[in-house]
Amino acid sequence: MSNEWPLWEVFIRGQHGLSHRHVGSLHASDAEHALQNARDVYTRRKEGVSIWVVPAADITASAPEDKGSLYDPADDKVYRHPTFFDIPDDVGAM
Amino acid sequence: MSVEGLLRLGDNTLVLGQRLSAWCGHAPALEEDIALANIALDLIGQTQLWLGLAAAREGQGRDADALAFHRDAWDFRNLLLVEQPNRDFGVTMMRQFLFDTWHLAALTALTEHADADISAIAQKAVKEVTYHRERSTDTVIALGDGTEESHTRMQSALDRLWPYVGEMFAGDDADLTDMAALRAPFDTHVTATLTEATLVRPASDFAHMGGKTGVRHSEHLGHMLATMQVLPRSYPDAKW
Repeated sequence: MSNEWPLWEVFIRGQHGLSHRHVGSLHASDAEHALQNARDVYTRRKEGVSIWVVPAADITASAPEDKGSLYDPADDKVYRHPTFFDIPDDVGAM
Repeated sequence: MSVEGLLRLGDNTLVLGQRLSAWCGHAPALEEDIALANIALDLIGQTQLWLGLAAAREGQGRDADALAFHRDAWDFRNLLLVEQPNRDFGVTMMRQFLFDTWHLAALTALTEHADADISAIAQKAVKEVTYHRERSTDTVIALGDGTEESHTRMQSALDRLWPYVGEMFAGDDADLTDMAALRAPFDTHVTATLTEATLVRPASDFAHMGGKTGVRHSEHLGHMLATMQVLPRSYPDAKW
């Protein structure tokens, strides 16, 4: 529908989280309205301490059909994972 | 300390909370629907505190539920403004804007009240109502300064509701704070908002009276209470 408000993606930093996580999307007329709507739609149960809203139209996403060329080349390069080191016990959990 | 003054605060939030809850599932957008339901819940929560305190101070063995569900229209002490019907979304949001603006000023004054229970409730409520006013103000500006259709509806909502503004500032000894003193901050915020919304403040300050004193409620209150009270009155002590 042409008279629908633009779509916004909502990112919330939780009580204990360090980074903002994508939680969903909503419609709003402008950025301030999107923040208010995000507050009402996504933080009713004290989920967050910080909200980001981003116009969905401004997000550039990778195309699913490019999956092969983008990700498959990493399949046989296990040495890029730091799994070949012995971690001393004193380091504890990493 | 006046029980009547507590009833006025609690009945305002009860009646407006009930009015707003009628939008649940019917608002023009999902986001507005959830926002209105949130605000309604905030108001019902404040009602529990105000009427709970009123019941305790009254000392007749009643509780907040008894006051909400087992009083009749003439016992209610809410402003005439909040019992006005929802009509369209524009009327609902204009009513909200006018009430929120008064409500925030009143609660801000009550945070300084000498009675610790009263100031504690006001301090909790003022945070919620700060957001309510921000939201309704933005909506009035967006719709007032929106399309020709939305502008016409908002001006008509303002014209319709303005005669209910004066009662908010008509004080008496039962009030918990000086209501007349709230008029200046109210006018400042309303004038700035209406200007930005390209809406014209009605010239006449004629005011309908009789809600907060209980002398003359509008015919709308009884209908609303009938819906709100039918279940606990038909099935006393019902639980779910």
